[in-house]
Amino acid sequence: MGKTLIEVVNLVKYFAVYTRGILLRRKIGDVHAVDDVSLKIEEGENLGLVGETGCGKTTLGKTILNLIEPDSGKVYFEGLDVYETLRSGPEEKKKYLRRSMQMIFQNPYGSLDPRMTVYDIISEPFVIHRHIPRDEWEERVYSLLRLVGLEDYHAERYPHEFSGGQRQRISIARALATDPKFIVADEPVSSLDVSVRAQVLTLLENLQKEKKISFLYISHDLSSVRQITQSVAVMYLGKIFEYGPTDEIFEEPLNPYTIALLSAIPVPDPERKINRIVLPGDVPSPINPPSGCRFHPRCPWATEKCKKEEPELREVRKGHFVACHYAENFMKGEKPLPTVQQ
Amino acid sequence: MGEEILRVENLKTYFFTEAGVVKAVDGVSFSVYEGEPLGIVGETGSGKTVTSLSIMRIVPPPGKIISGRIIYRGEDLLEKSEDEMRKIRGKKIAIVFQDPNSSLDPLFTVESQLNEVIMAHLKVTKQEARNRALELLKMVRIPDPEARLKAYPHELSGGMRQRVAIARALANEPDILIADEPTTNLDVTIQAQIIELLKELQSKLKMTLIMITHDMGLVAETTKRVVVLYAGSVAEIAPTNEIFKSMRHPYTAALLKAVPRIDRRKELKPIPGSIPNLIDPPSGCRFHPRCPYVIQRCIEEVPELEFTDQRAVACHRWKELSLKGE
Repeated sequence: MGKTLIEVVNLVKYFAVYTRGILLRRKIGDVHAVDDVSLKIEEGENLGLVGETGCGKTTLGKTILNLIEPDSGKVYFEGLDVYETLRSGPEEKKKYLRRSMQMIFQNPYGSLDPRMTVYDIISEPFVIHRHIPRDEWEERVYSLLRLVGLEDYHAERYPHEFSGGQRQRISIARALATDPKFIVADEPVSSLDVSVRAQVLTLLENLQKEKKISFLYISHDLSSVRQITQSVAVMYLGKIFEYGPTDEIFEEPLNPYTIALLSAIPVPDPERKINRIVLPGDVPSPINPPSGCRFHPRCPWATEKCKKEEPELREVRKGHFVACHYAENFMKGEKPLPTVQQ
Repeated sequence: MGEEILRVENLKTYFFTEAGVVKAVDGVSFSVYEGEPLGIVGETGSGKTVTSLSIMRIVPPPGKIISGRIIYRGEDLLEKSEDEMRKIRGKKIAIVFQDPNSSLDPLFTVESQLNEVIMAHLKVTKQEARNRALELLKMVRIPDPEARLKAYPHELSGGMRQRVAIARALANEPDILIADEPTTNLDVTIQAQIIELLKELQSKLKMTLIMITHDMGLVAETTKRVVVLYAGSVAEIAPTNEIFKSMRHPYTAALLKAVPRIDRRKELKPIPGSIPNLIDPPSGCRFHPRCPYVIQRCIEEVPELEFTDQRAVACHRWKELSLKGE
């Protein structure tokens, strides 16, 4: 393992919810989008962030980049306090942070300006950051296009002339234009077709290996998370429920939510025995989440303790953190999984 | 295996757009056997949804069924009048669409949408229809069904809406249920609920399920036989438990290599290129520009769908290739 690239410490972001209307507008609660989240990303390592709709994974990604302002908490990039620097640091440090931390958005149809050519889109960061001499711009744009698997002549075209997969490559090229060390990739393949998805995933894998770029890979597609990340954080209603090495968590999940989530995915193997835990009900609203453990109303193993006491995220094994009072019960080898009452 | 309940023969459905004729389904043939869940897999533009719309004869304009036969219990659905089709849709063959947000009418309550389907086919009073609707909601495991009858679709979550859509499709106990990507827009844990529900209903009601999906995992779990579509034509048909071990069409193999797996890390092998334009599809075998085994014959000659021992494949070279998924 290398140096720590990103460190997130006790990050909190709530969104206030009001009643409708202008007069007599009352606050009725908070959406607990990111609720006391701490994470680390090592240099050259990909961290997967998984969870269902509304669990706060996109908000967390954007808050790390300060695209959304946090309520409290800190993010360090190479030891540098991101929020402090962006607010009041020296100009060159601000630029350095902005250059080093980039984002790829989910929808390649909304994230590229339809009135700009691909050349303009990819070279715009050069205009802003001036980190490359003017006479090298052209060569750089072409080499970026080739890097993401496009051709030189694509530079003169407009986004509408490309398919979804190609557009996502253009967004990746744009993110790479500033030589970033860290990229937040928010569901980069979920709008793409199966065969094209694999193309973009392998591109991300190669960028990580060859350019030593770390990704925060946000996705609800657990198979792709297994494929391209080294560690993974599972979020539920704004909280990290489990966090640790990807392979270890996929082999031996220790939080009931992770167990259910992993068991829900159909595996392309007709002979595999299906041992599925079907969770009842829907993901509760993140406005004023349930007391105690937020997962207790859906958890098949919930006890009285879970209703009252919120579990801490604790280190159960080296580097493997779980927020569940009973994490040890789910360890393999000790005893079979506790039976589910349904 | 039960007897053949539905046979699609050389179906061609084209869309006459301003840009040109889109050959969305171009000569698709397969059979469905009673009680045997069938999967139809393919990517966007493979023609899987248009095939199901053609079976229901609800292809929207500018689409038209050009030729072919759809034999349901010995009768050709393409020769039926619109009145006769109305008696079949929902009663004999029903469909659940991908997006329950658009397949349920936002202006009507759950009860009236269920009643509409029940009363279209059965001569029952409103009260009887209501009882049946209640029974259906219980069957798809909707909590507090009495209250839900009065709810409008926007008052329900995505998973609940999909359950209502399933209840509506099952209202008249159809022979065949077509499920077109029934879990695609849902969250992972809700997907699991819907998959389990469909599996349970399928075995309880003994209906024939046609599962349309792009997810090979879902195919492995819910079907016994699978039709692989590529660019509007059939690439391969095989029993599900065989196709994952010994595929005969290079596209099937390529598709499996391109999908990451939850149970282990593997080397991803993307399929080069992109899905062809169906206005002007590639000559010969439609997969040839992306196929690693392409020869001159593939470019010139369209491969026939060859049937051998329960399986079918449309590839000139299948006998000489020994393909592996991973």
